[in-house]
Amino acid sequence: MASAEEVAKAAERRDVRDRWLLSAPALLIILFAATGPLLIVLVYSFLTPGSYGDVRWQFSPEAWVSVFMERDIFDDTLSIAAAHVTIFWRSIKLAIVTTIATLALGFPTAYFMATRSEKTRDLWLFLITIPFWTNLLIRTFAVLQIIRNEGIVNAILLKLGIVSAPIQILYTDTAILIGMAYVYLPLMVLPIYASMEKLDFRLVEAGYDLYATRFKVLRRIIFPLVKPGVIAGSILVFIPALGAYVTPSVLGGGKNMMLSNLIELQFGQGRNWPLGSALSIAVMVIVMVALLAYVRNAGRSEVRHG
Amino acid sequence: MASSFSIKHQPGFTAIAATCFIVLYLPIVVLVVYAFNAATSTSEWGGFSLKWFQSAWQNTQVIDATLRSFQIGAIAATLATIAATMAALATTRTAAYPGLTFKYAAINQPLMVPEIVTGVALLIFFSRVKIFTGYSGLGYLIAAHTAFCIPFAYLPIRARLENMDLTLERAAADLYATPWRTFRRITLPLLWPGILAGLMLAFVISLDDVVITEFVKSGGQDTLPTYMLGQIRRGITPEINAISTVFLLLSVAIVTLFFLISRKRD
Repeated sequence: MASAEEVAKAAERRDVRDRWLLSAPALLIILFAATGPLLIVLVYSFLTPGSYGDVRWQFSPEAWVSVFMERDIFDDTLSIAAAHVTIFWRSIKLAIVTTIATLALGFPTAYFMATRSEKTRDLWLFLITIPFWTNLLIRTFAVLQIIRNEGIVNAILLKLGIVSAPIQILYTDTAILIGMAYVYLPLMVLPIYASMEKLDFRLVEAGYDLYATRFKVLRRIIFPLVKPGVIAGSILVFIPALGAYVTPSVLGGGKNMMLSNLIELQFGQGRNWPLGSALSIAVMVIVMVALLAYVRNAGRSEVRHG
Repeated sequence: MASSFSIKHQPGFTAIAATCFIVLYLPIVVLVVYAFNAATSTSEWGGFSLKWFQSAWQNTQVIDATLRSFQIGAIAATLATIAATMAALATTRTAAYPGLTFKYAAINQPLMVPEIVTGVALLIFFSRVKIFTGYSGLGYLIAAHTAFCIPFAYLPIRARLENMDLTLERAAADLYATPWRTFRRITLPLLWPGILAGLMLAFVISLDDVVITEFVKSGGQDTLPTYMLGQIRRGITPEINAISTVFLLLSVAIVTLFFLISRKRD
């Protein structure tokens, strides 16, 4: 006779097995069309480019060398690949500035939303969600029409006499920045709002009772309490901004490349799939570092606030 | 003064918030207004007209791309929602068991990687599979969309499951209902709003995708977003505004529906 304990054990094993079977379809699809192919990219980054795209199955570290270096075609000496460094730097810089800009705009917006009455809060949330659900390409296209030389921004500036001729915003880094801040703003507002909504305003009141100034309350009470939301929002903006493809393609006009355009180039005209693969892995490493920083930070702030 | 002191006030915050909402909607409003522009150039106003909607409607490329978008979206969202529902049932309402953390990580993996990297990875992998099998149909796009839709569909379903009361299911089991019957008659109806929300979220995510589709598609497999990207790169006509306007209306309709469903939940 099996003891009660053995029966319970067997039931538990069966339960775990059933749960694996239930999750199998999702895991297999993701393995086949997301995670698995990423491993192939890693392999490809160590191969030799084929003459018409694709690869030859021959080990070569050349792709990784040329991520940051270029080989002189005459004497084979290595030097820093200025073009690649510029693009890396531009992408990281634009992603950081976008994160800061969306934070500067999104934090007050989330605060405004969270301090509305319970009834109207849903309406504001709805208003922020609509752009979030609207096609990113359409929103980028909308920005394009606004900031063109013939667009409404230049028209207003001309009318007000601030400028005498239309200023060229489109096809500059500024255009990419404006576009990214615009399309990713809801991604910053939503998580900050989520933690702001739970904010206990009695703590704020206590701060004022103790003669804190408005700024001090903001800095010492509100900000620390909603920090998890701020960090989540920053990650949600930084990651897609770093790998942004649509915004620089549409607003950068092909001249101001970001990492994604550089990668695309290797699979198109560049015909250097290993280099494209190595660049992709490099982007992923930057993202992973950002995510790790997030996980560690989130863990710490949770401990602090119990 | 003391009586008007509001603890919730922060100087300038309301102004910034107002600016944000205006800035968020202004470009969209301009885009929609210019869809009704009679002029051929997108920079001047030539009076009200519906001709760009007509020309989009008569453009077979647009119609083809739209139908393809819907086809991929419907199939991918359905598959993703079924897989996500099963995965959610397998990963909620249980004590931690070996592999649970792995499952969370695996399901959310598509969210962690920039789209461009996934796009490139699928381009490489599927080009091999294409050579190997000779098949070059829509299956690749559907597989790719299903994979990145799963974490989105999983989110609301899991949230719904975690808030669900276990007593009804226990009661059913006490009354000798088979597990399948309990699932069909109790769990599924209770879970339904979450499943619907997941399905809609997945559909919108699939419909919106540009980057992964751009890399995975073979010739002649443009979806509406990749078709529009190609057109915008070539130079713009108000026809793109007209298409965008219709697309926008569709998104707003789906969000509204989503909001109503998730509200009923409470």
